[in-house]
Amino acid sequence: MKPSAFTYHAPTSLDDAVRVLAEAGPDGKVLAGGQSLIPMMNMRLAAPAVLVDINRLPGLDTVRVDTGGVRVGALVRHTDLEDDAQAARTVPLLRQGLRLVAHPVIRNRGTTVGSIVHADPSAEMPAVLALLGGSMEVRGPSGTRSVGAADFFTGPLETGMAEGEIAVSAYFPRPAPGSGTAFVEIARRSGDYAMCGVAAVVTLDADLRITAARCCYISVAPVPLVVDMAEAVVGAVPASADLSAAADLAADRIEPEDDIHASADYRAHLARVLTERALAEAAEAALRETAGPGPHTTGIGAMR
Amino acid sequence: MSTRLLGAPVQRTEDRRLTTGGGSFLDDLGSDACAAAFVRSPHAHARIRDIDVMDALDVDGLIAVYTYDDLTGPMAEPLPLLIPHPSIIDGRTPYALAREYVHHVGEPVAMVVARDRYAAEDAVERIRVDYEILDAVVGVEKAMQADRIVHEGMADNVAAHLVQEVGDAPAAIGAAPNTLELDLEIERSASIPMEGRGVYARWDSARGGGLRLYSSTQTATGVRAAVAAKLELQLGQVEVVVPDVGGGFGLKIVHPWPEEVMVPWAARQLDREIKWTEDRREHFVASAHERGQQQRVRVGFDDGGRILGLDVQILHDNGAYLPYGVIVPIVTSTQLLGPYKPGAYRVEFHSLYTTTAIVTPYRGAGRPQGVFAMERTMDAIADHLGKDRVDVRAANVIKPDEMPYDQGMLFQDGRPLIYDSGDYPKMLRMITDLVGWDDFEEYREQARAQGRRVGIGLACYVEGTGPGPYEGGHVQVETSGKVRVATGLTSQGQGHETALAQVVADKLGVPMSDIEVTTGDTRRMGYSVGTFASRGAVTSGSAVAMATVRLRDKVLKIAADALEADPGDLEIIDGRVQVKGSPAQGMELGTVAVLSNPLRYAFDAASAAATQFSGAADYDRPPVPEDEAPGLEGTDFYSPLRCTFASGAHAVIVETDPATAEVRILRYCVVHDCGNLINPTLVEGQVHGGVAQGVAGALYERMAYDEGGQLLNASFMDFLMPYASEVPRIEIDHLETPSPLNPLGVKGAGEAGVIPASAAIAAAVEDAEGFRIDQMPISPSELFHLRRRHARGEIASVPRRPAHRSLTKEN
Amino acid sequence: MTEELHEIRLRVNGIVHTVSVPARRLLSDCLRHDLGLTGTHVGCEHGVCGACTVLVDGRPMRSCLMFAVSAAQHEDITTVEGLAGPGGEPHPVQRAFAECHALQCGFCTPGFLTLIAGYLEDNPDPSEEEAREAVSGNLCRCTGYQNIVSAVQRAAELRTAEVVGGPARAAEEAPAPQPHSEGGHQ
Ligand SMILES: Cc1cc2nc3c(=O)[nH]c(=O)nc-3n(C[C@H](O)[C@H](O)[C@H](O)COP(=O)(O)OP(=O)(O)OC[C@H]3O[C@@H](n4cnc5c(N)ncnc54)[C@H](O)[C@@H]3O)c2cc1C
Ligand code: FES
Ligand code: FES
Repeated sequence: MKPSAFTYHAPTSLDDAVRVLAEAGPDGKVLAGGQSLIPMMNMRLAAPAVLVDINRLPGLDTVRVDTGGVRVGALVRHTDLEDDAQAARTVPLLRQGLRLVAHPVIRNRGTTVGSIVHADPSAEMPAVLALLGGSMEVRGPSGTRSVGAADFFTGPLETGMAEGEIAVSAYFPRPAPGSGTAFVEIARRSGDYAMCGVAAVVTLDADLRITAARCCYISVAPVPLVVDMAEAVVGAVPASADLSAAADLAADRIEPEDDIHASADYRAHLARVLTERALAEAAEAALRETAGPGPHTTGIGAMR
Repeated sequence: MSTRLLGAPVQRTEDRRLTTGGGSFLDDLGSDACAAAFVRSPHAHARIRDIDVMDALDVDGLIAVYTYDDLTGPMAEPLPLLIPHPSIIDGRTPYALAREYVHHVGEPVAMVVARDRYAAEDAVERIRVDYEILDAVVGVEKAMQADRIVHEGMADNVAAHLVQEVGDAPAAIGAAPNTLELDLEIERSASIPMEGRGVYARWDSARGGGLRLYSSTQTATGVRAAVAAKLELQLGQVEVVVPDVGGGFGLKIVHPWPEEVMVPWAARQLDREIKWTEDRREHFVASAHERGQQQRVRVGFDDGGRILGLDVQILHDNGAYLPYGVIVPIVTSTQLLGPYKPGAYRVEFHSLYTTTAIVTPYRGAGRPQGVFAMERTMDAIADHLGKDRVDVRAANVIKPDEMPYDQGMLFQDGRPLIYDSGDYPKMLRMITDLVGWDDFEEYREQARAQGRRVGIGLACYVEGTGPGPYEGGHVQVETSGKVRVATGLTSQGQGHETALAQVVADKLGVPMSDIEVTTGDTRRMGYSVGTFASRGAVTSGSAVAMATVRLRDKVLKIAADALEADPGDLEIIDGRVQVKGSPAQGMELGTVAVLSNPLRYAFDAASAAATQFSGAADYDRPPVPEDEAPGLEGTDFYSPLRCTFASGAHAVIVETDPATAEVRILRYCVVHDCGNLINPTLVEGQVHGGVAQGVAGALYERMAYDEGGQLLNASFMDFLMPYASEVPRIEIDHLETPSPLNPLGVKGAGEAGVIPASAAIAAAVEDAEGFRIDQMPISPSELFHLRRRHARGEIASVPRRPAHRSLTKEN
Repeated sequence: MTEELHEIRLRVNGIVHTVSVPARRLLSDCLRHDLGLTGTHVGCEHGVCGACTVLVDGRPMRSCLMFAVSAAQHEDITTVEGLAGPGGEPHPVQRAFAECHALQCGFCTPGFLTLIAGYLEDNPDPSEEEAREAVSGNLCRCTGYQNIVSAVQRAAELRTAEVVGGPARAAEEAPAPQPHSEGGHQ
């Protein structure tokens, strides 16, 4: 299990990186944290002839937080984003999702942007981006462009990025005021890719009625699948929301498949169970958010 | 003030090097060696039409490529069938490199030697093999159907067939007031040590040639004999040294592997050092698996739950070849009986070829399957009669006053299956006390009130350990007073260096820090068998104890002469021989070692004392008396009459998630009897590790072959070896019934922890869910589907279990 | 078709090494075979087992998932050989592993030691549950993890005692308490 030979570049400017990558054409690959790419290279499932190591590029290792959301540079490691208290306050779903990504040692090296570009339909961070309606900033030979999450994920391990483009950052918008989020999943072992996972965002108005709710599903569709739950739950207070109707909406949309770890039926079942759990947790978080800081005791037990 | 070291929780001597990066594992050696890699079959069954190496030849760093056509003499013959058995009908073994056919994915087809492993893999990638693809045979049903045949020239896929009978079981079952029939199955899994296999060879062409071979193996002498035979060398020309080994769990007892003969063979061909370090992907497809077995049980029993007759039919998946014979189904057949008296017993197995990796013993070696059959049967009997599950076991166990108990069969060592000692009623009492069996219904009610589902299960086993033929021990006192100990068998983490040092320290009277133990080095001990079947402590422990006693006698004799005292009046304390009661009168062990070797030439002050003019001599006898040898050493061999039988019981409490069908182990309790404990810390470590593998086999691990014979989960991403997050805390209680068969009174402890886990966990899940669990492992997805089938009435409920035992603790 | 070599400087355990490696040389292989630091082990080469874990600028990472040429961008790498103190005294986690019988074959051990050494820097006083979670990314086939979890807590104790009262004080501390057994784990 040793990788094939390749030509190695470690440019120190983004322009150089884009140029080298463009020159390499279809044989070129970007190396970020390597936590997905190098296992594949070690197994010779991937054998790029040219590797452009972006780890020396300046300025890409920063997390920028403003009132609108969080911008995550391409060299920000999962761990650094997880540890960023401001980012966690602004977009709590980041930390909620990151804690489910592999184990800390992998998160110490792997990048959040790399994970999104890798576009594994079982990965958590693509779902976070998709659920929040975020976007990717990508740089190519013809300049910089922004690609919305809905256009970004086109298939398993496939994205809307063109050959020769480098992702520079990911932008995670802050959910609307009164929102709460949650990420729940069932994996075989701790740290494994999930058999099914659901990220949810629930928004409440001043009367604590649900005004918006969405879920995003991993491991049950070719891409992180966002399902709008408004039809099932909008207008209800969390305690009396019809979560099984929400689960029905999900059931209609997911396309689970059998594999050695779980049958399609079981995954579909988990999608239902986790829809209810995720929405309940997100609503709970929204209630806390709406109530502001301080002790809070509104009963939402009925939702479980 | 000699504190007993035997039985003490002494810290390990191995740990200093292993915690500082100072271990030397196979791949840590031979920094200048070239690397080997293998072209392996991507198909489960195929005929090789052509191998084209042209493209590989210009790979930078390539040294050589070999295929079957390069092999001659014994190397061109199949590898040996290590354990022939009369039940084997057609024993096929692989060639070192595939000759014409390949019979499983991963089978070596060509060997590449190159500058390093990177270059070797480059060359492997460029070698093109043209295959004619043949039918795969996966699973014992397909193998038994025999409409596709694995091996050319065979009419079916039956490698071996054996029927063993004690009494007339069919008649006893026919006459019994109650009968049951059960199908019980365990899937494939494997040892999967963290370090894979590895071989490093150095050929020395001087003086007729000599081979130094390092291998990550469980048997140094076995590898030496096998490699010598293949390479047509004398045993004296081959040295096998086993470095630190990163786990074995049975897998590394197999020898010689194809790679284990190819590497030294090529080293001689090229007159270069060559090393092969198995990578993880190779390990999954090209080493060995175990466990896959289907078992049909028919049982007849009386109204008290006593078994009157037991009839078991076993279909055993032995994979593509049979290099290790049929030890696994033989062990299942015999050890299935556990602590019980079955009345009449009939067991029949078919060992079947399939186009999958070979099957050889993995820790437990057929026992987990057998215990699963027997213990699931016990639970079924209890449910049939509406009795408590412990009561039914209590009604069937052998009582202490029936020991030694002859089960009337031959065991895997070819000797009678006679249990030497054990206290099974007490074992049952201890496990039910430890887990709180009688309080469980109350706990279940509380949990139910909270919407939680919990269940309890238990399983017992008996394990024949420490089989022969023998092991040896060699103990030598250096003139420095240091003691060097050697035994032939090898270590894979059991802590033999510490345990054997404890034996020597205890029996000789020297501090642990003065003892150095070597295992698995044919230069130090040429006669040995290997490490398997929980035999290290029993066989090598006993041999070293016996050798130490011999050595001690010699020490006392020489010291008595020098001190003009009676040997009976001497004692050895902390490395010093002294007269009891007057410690000033004595000498250091090192001095005794000097005196034991009469010298002509002095090379230092100590040795001067042993030269011819140094003191009074007895002119009536030669300097080395008749029947004596110079030097202060003792050698002895222990050859057990037969196995000694360890035993134990596990009890498990699980919680199953009503929504997601995940299984969580809340408590895992173990009662364990391996006779006298040399070091309780080491034994508990063995139990922990065994239980972890048991839990793994019950809830996580399997070898997922598809119909075409591809292993779908050949990586740690998909072969779900548990992390710390998946293994429960383990509670242990020890029972010590010494073995009367060996001088230390010990029984083996290496495998026990794994044996009853699947049975106990299945019982607990069944108890939580209310329907039978007859197949393991079980994943949440599978439990989910069982629930559905149960809800649809396709599988029967287990009756509600009695809250209290009738036979209680007086038993 | 000879492969291009890159001359890199790696600071490992405080010593700067200059080596020439092909770009594809994994850091694990570079440490083991180019620098002779064979304490770092390789158990899977796809990032799951953790036997190859080393500290990169103080953070535990998989050396099988990093190219030596990329690793050279970092300040400092610590392997198991570099855990001991300046006077060669074993790191608390090394002592704790021996005390708690947290290793059997020892193959996984260097990866756990580096992982835990890194972990304790940020989490000096983990609960049993936290200790278990901390080691849950590395595989061990021998020990069943129980004694490894105890060793994390013991190492934390020894480390704290060293910081507070020097090594002598640490040695006098009572052995690690056996955490109670009821109720399973998370
Ligand atoms: C044992 C293990 C378990 C794991 N478990 C999980 C898990 O449970 N959930 C999960 O989500 N992930 C998991 N991962 C993957 C991990 O999250 C990776 O970090 C992540 O998928 C990829 O990030 P990276 O920076 O390592 O990317 P790399 O491996 O360097 O690259 C991945 C791919 O993205 C491309 N790429 C990366 N960055 C850019 C960029 N800026 N511009 C253009 N292309 C780019 C690369 O060319 C490559 O094709 C696991 C990994 C391992 C080894
Ligand atoms: S060898 Fe690196 S994680 Fe297994
Ligand atoms: S001690 Fe052997 S793998 Fe951990």
